[in-house]
Amino acid sequence: MTVTADTPAVAIRFTLNGEAVSALDGETILQAAQRHGVEIPHLCYTNGLRADGNCRACMVEIEGERVLAPSCCRQPDEGMTVHSDNERARRSQRMVLELLQSDMPETTYTRDNDLDSWSQKLALGKPRFAPRPAVAADLSHPAMAVNLDACIQCTRCIRACREVQVNDVIGYAARGSSSRIVFDMDDPMGDSTCVACGECVQACPTGALMPANDAGLQQPDKRVDSVCPYCGVGCQLTFNIKDNRILHVEGRDGPANHNRLCVKGRYGFDYVHHRQRLTRPLIRRDDAPKTLSPDIDPSDYSGIFREASWEEALQHAAGGLRDIRDRKGRKALAGFGSAKGSNEEAYLFQKLVRTGFRSNNVDHCTRLCHASSVVALLEMIGSGAVSNPVQDVAEADVIIVIGANPTENHPVAATFMKNAVKNGKTLIVIDPRRNNLARHAQYVLQFQPDTDVALLNGIMHAVIDQGLADKDFIADRTNGYEDLKKHLENFSPEAVAPLCGIDAGTLKEVARVYASANASMILWGMGISQHSHGTDNSRALISLALLCGQIGRPGTGLHPLRGQNNVQGASDVGLIPMVYPDYQRVDNEDARKRFEKLWGTELDPEPGLTVVEIMHAVLDEKIHGMYIMGENPAMSDPNLNHARKALASLDHLVVQDIFLTETAFYADVVLPASAFAEKTGTFTNTDRCVQLGRQAIDPPGEARQDLWIIQQLATRLGCDWHYEGPQQVFEEMRKAMPSIAGISWQRLQQQESVTYPCVTENDPGQPIIFREDFPTGDGRAQFVISPYRHAQETPDPEYPFVLITGRQLEHWHTGAMTRRATVLNELEPSPVASLHPDTLRELGAEAGDPITLSSRRGNVEVTARADDAVQPAQVFLPFCYHEAAANLLTNEALDPDAKIPEFKYCAIRVSTL
Amino acid sequence: MEAKSASRPKHKRKRTRSKPRGRAVEPLALEQVRRLLGNEPRRRDLLIEHLHKLQDSYGGLFARHLVALAREMNLAHTEVYEVASFYHHFDIIRETDPDPAALTVRVCDSVTCEMFGANELVQQLGSSVGDNIRVQRVPCVGRCDRAPVAVVGKTPVDHASPSSVIACIDKDKAAAVAAPCTGLEQYRSEGGYVLFESLLAGDISPKDIITKLNDSGLRGLGGAGFPAGRKWQIVSGMPGPRLMAINIDEGEPGTFKDRHYLERDPHRFLEGLLIAAHVVDVAEIYIYLRDEYADCRKILQRELALLQDNAALRHPPIQLRRGAGAYICGEESAMIESIEGKRGMPRLRPPFVAEVGLFNRPTLEHNLETLYWIRDILQQGPEWFTSNGRHERKGLRSFSVSGRVKKPGVHLAPAGITMHELIDEYCGGMLDGHTFHAYFPGGASGGILPASLGDIPLDFDTLNEYGCFIGSAAIIVLSKHDSVKTAALNAMRFFEHESCGQCTPCRVGTAKAVTLMEQTNWDQPLLHELGQAMMDASICGLGQAAPNPMLCVMKYFPEELTHDSDS
Repeated sequence: MTVTADTPAVAIRFTLNGEAVSALDGETILQAAQRHGVEIPHLCYTNGLRADGNCRACMVEIEGERVLAPSCCRQPDEGMTVHSDNERARRSQRMVLELLQSDMPETTYTRDNDLDSWSQKLALGKPRFAPRPAVAADLSHPAMAVNLDACIQCTRCIRACREVQVNDVIGYAARGSSSRIVFDMDDPMGDSTCVACGECVQACPTGALMPANDAGLQQPDKRVDSVCPYCGVGCQLTFNIKDNRILHVEGRDGPANHNRLCVKGRYGFDYVHHRQRLTRPLIRRDDAPKTLSPDIDPSDYSGIFREASWEEALQHAAGGLRDIRDRKGRKALAGFGSAKGSNEEAYLFQKLVRTGFRSNNVDHCTRLCHASSVVALLEMIGSGAVSNPVQDVAEADVIIVIGANPTENHPVAATFMKNAVKNGKTLIVIDPRRNNLARHAQYVLQFQPDTDVALLNGIMHAVIDQGLADKDFIADRTNGYEDLKKHLENFSPEAVAPLCGIDAGTLKEVARVYASANASMILWGMGISQHSHGTDNSRALISLALLCGQIGRPGTGLHPLRGQNNVQGASDVGLIPMVYPDYQRVDNEDARKRFEKLWGTELDPEPGLTVVEIMHAVLDEKIHGMYIMGENPAMSDPNLNHARKALASLDHLVVQDIFLTETAFYADVVLPASAFAEKTGTFTNTDRCVQLGRQAIDPPGEARQDLWIIQQLATRLGCDWHYEGPQQVFEEMRKAMPSIAGISWQRLQQQESVTYPCVTENDPGQPIIFREDFPTGDGRAQFVISPYRHAQETPDPEYPFVLITGRQLEHWHTGAMTRRATVLNELEPSPVASLHPDTLRELGAEAGDPITLSSRRGNVEVTARADDAVQPAQVFLPFCYHEAAANLLTNEALDPDAKIPEFKYCAIRVSTL
Repeated sequence: MEAKSASRPKHKRKRTRSKPRGRAVEPLALEQVRRLLGNEPRRRDLLIEHLHKLQDSYGGLFARHLVALAREMNLAHTEVYEVASFYHHFDIIRETDPDPAALTVRVCDSVTCEMFGANELVQQLGSSVGDNIRVQRVPCVGRCDRAPVAVVGKTPVDHASPSSVIACIDKDKAAAVAAPCTGLEQYRSEGGYVLFESLLAGDISPKDIITKLNDSGLRGLGGAGFPAGRKWQIVSGMPGPRLMAINIDEGEPGTFKDRHYLERDPHRFLEGLLIAAHVVDVAEIYIYLRDEYADCRKILQRELALLQDNAALRHPPIQLRRGAGAYICGEESAMIESIEGKRGMPRLRPPFVAEVGLFNRPTLEHNLETLYWIRDILQQGPEWFTSNGRHERKGLRSFSVSGRVKKPGVHLAPAGITMHELIDEYCGGMLDGHTFHAYFPGGASGGILPASLGDIPLDFDTLNEYGCFIGSAAIIVLSKHDSVKTAALNAMRFFEHESCGQCTPCRVGTAKAVTLMEQTNWDQPLLHELGQAMMDASICGLGQAAPNPMLCVMKYFPEELTHDSDS
């Protein structure tokens, strides 16, 4: 058990080595001993894993018992007499260590060998037993080295893989002295289903499992605590640095991850050292006109860009923007900020656009992600952020995961969902693909894509029909129920079953399970949001939760899993055309007046344009100049041929990034910026936790801090800014944003993580919100009905397949970072599309063949991957490969309310070569 | 199509996977598995039963079937693999492995069979059988009184010789027919189940029964010796649902009494079982039978079906589960793990099985023979049982005797009888030309005593001071022709082979002990040190008892360690 401040103070008094000691309720003898400073050797026991009691190094004598007892697994009784250091106990402890040492190899695999350190402490001599036969190394995995000659069969790796991460790759096979840890069915690690989360490496006490290439043997010269740059889970980690290079990464005990990491966070850090890092400002050559395809080698751009000094580049960059603002009007400019940069950077960016460009044409990739979820949440319950943190799955009885693939995209969050299932919670997975979470679920609804509204309305109908609607909650805390009820009359389970492909019985059962549980929680992702009816999809989910009163308590609520590491933060600090920081509308007079006062200048009262609208406006020649920081619309926007045409036609484009991305290809000026590990700033994860990222290494060459670059441009655009660093920016943010007013920089440095709303400095932060009321006008939630509509483009004889775009575990979004991370790119090196094996056969193709996917808008060539998790007549395509950019195919049909494109559904055809 | 810039290099395409990581499910294999499983539930605890179906149908566990089974049962591949690889009756066949042999001949090489020429038999068979026949050394198959024993497929060949084994192979398994057992009808006609029916009718009280059991002093006859009445009392007091698990994994080398009774009079055991289940009020019953007893399985399947059809003898559902070649599953908590479909790894105690047992429920666990005596004790009275006994000990023991005696076999004799008395009065004396030299009083794990200590009463508790115990009363008699050192090494090899592998003292200790015991000169101080740690620190009885034979050699047969003798 973990002893915390809340642990009851009931003491069990016993005697240890002649001294009177006491154990807290639930403590084992070993834990009590540790607390009293008494060392008992132990190998298979470690904090954070279930105690297994197999190594037998921790044996103690309990008076009155025939045999010795494993102190890691025994709780003391009142009055017990225990000996850990008498002759009998020591003999067993030493013999165990000696037996294990006799089989250990000469080679050192780790600087941190628990068996060696205990052997030294107990002054063990050379082992007297002949060693076992040697075991060959398994170096088949790019990230991890397996040297089982150093394995002591402590099974910590098994518990790490099976009980912590629940990836279920490592097994304990055979028997007796042949017992060995295996991957899958005794396969090389690199061939197995291992997802390289590295939890086993972190758990291994003897170096049998280590980072590859001896990375763990090098002595770092400093260790820096920070957070992960990839996804919205916001895992805390530690960078191990030597000579300004990251050696390796370890998990840290943050509230969202508890020492866990995934393959990206743990092994995908070396992109910061890639040779293609931008190190000098670049200016477009006069003799290099913009072409449509970003057909450039990021290593050799000399035909298109020339290097320049910072002074020249900043002059040119700001000058061009200022020019357009002054001559063509302030609405002729737009800015895309970054959801990967810090809160401070995002805050200054939107301030630059609002006070420097003087319009509200600022947006970021949330538009392509959870915009529809946020619109629906704001509309119905007055707040766009999650109501409960991911960790609340442990408090829930029932968990619905819909339109999300967390084992790939929020892997550490998914581990907690799997833990909840192992603890007896009910998991319901709703997705057109049978994803890796489905195996753990009690209910798997592999429905027809695009039919979410029908399915959810059907479930709601069944809730009401079975008398399971929460009448009190509806009466006390909502408006509009009668309209919803009437609307749902046409959506009986029997009526929707043929539409969504899930039988009425299952829909009713799911309704019953969700509604009648004490605490039910819904988590969702892009499958819900990235549709031209994404807002309607989200409305249906929110209605379901409200209908059943499953919100405002632990283990309940609504959790749109935020993708980017700082998309929540970027949205919160106002990187959005319609709202200022903290979602105060730009067309609200009170809000605007407050910000005019805070920023000392007049502000545009008209909401700005969103991402895709901006592309249209460029082609309509309404927008002539753009400033894009840490975003890659030339890969992430829908209908890329169209979007790229827009980027190419800009009069002036300034791109600030760490690599020459596909977007930078269209730039007039490229400004080399700082990677995540090279900056200090705050980042807000999906749970509304503001966390501190600390700088661990220096940027390469002449690359500069993003914060500095933004300020330089702002100054040249007429802003009078004097921020010395992120801390100062943060202090201003607190003034602008009531939600974080209670978080000081000092508090972040001490606590590492503070949840908002945190209104005063004494406020501990509120992980669960909506307990009493909703932040709407009258404190009530509003039901909004969802009509059933189809995607804008559906399959037809010419384009008979459905294209579903999405992500992979190993790659992040447009691939700018992860294609340049050695391990990640080796695990997934080139473009693939997944199709059902039957579909491939019908096409006359085999798994591994090259195939072409074409839509009305473009085509790509990829390798076919046979995967029966995908339904026939559907194709899954990740959007991370620039050689086969998925968005060349996608449809830019927008949700009318959220303006989010329909990434999850369009019509394609598949042909073999 | 846009023109490509001249500066763009040819993109180096690395080979990407054509399917998701790991093995894909093959549709044909899935179809085959589904057909094989039929309507059987896909519950986790049935994993070993389902693996048996595959092994029986296809002669081995092919990787593609294991993958399909994992899909059917919603398990990870490694969850299926780690269980399959634990049990020696399962042959895992990976993609590059050769096809399984058409027939396997299993030659027992445990203590008694080795004494009677198992090693030579293995060698001779190895060079005479065809290529498609596999000769495998296996541990004790429970027929020690007819050593040496070979099992051709599922058919045992007693007193095996190369020619008799080959004859069996050729005749395609039509070998010795087991003696007919007392079936349900006959058992009832001879007064069977009258006792159980009176219990059902309420003519006897459960309380009365427990009192009688306590008075009889009946202790667990599998080896642990826990008082039966007290166990029933404890488990009755536990919250329901309570379960029951019967251990017929009889694997201790030298033991064959359970098979003996099961082959002859299964219902006497079943009646005891039903009485216990009723008194303790259990919800479900599981019988775990070692896989080596294939004929017994047929008997039990038949008789249990007849029992189930008999409306008057109502009882909770009884499930019959097969072992799969793991001696450790004779350990009660390992057996429970195996019934749950997992690797047979003993649990740490506390908590004890009576409190947290099968499927985490309070469980009444018994050896077959303990239940076999319930009827007699209750019908003839506890005094009948206690009136038996010798040298101030009470009760009866079924001694499984093998080795150098004229009449090996199961001998029901008074508890407390001495070795000399047992040999002379029950076993017809030593074989001609053999002088009594040493004996295992309790199978491979009970230690080894010299003939000079052949006057110790054989019972629970009487042998402890000599570093031995009676266990399941499996007696192996050695003569001066036999090497105790060799027998002890045989025993330690057995423990190494059968160790579950969970804990260091046993997993590594048995292996290191074997190496040390294979030396001409034993490092006695080191073996003593190792033995002490194994006894003190192993999780279960296997590791704790494994040092007994070797410690006894050092204590009682030092002369065998001074000259390099191997008889």
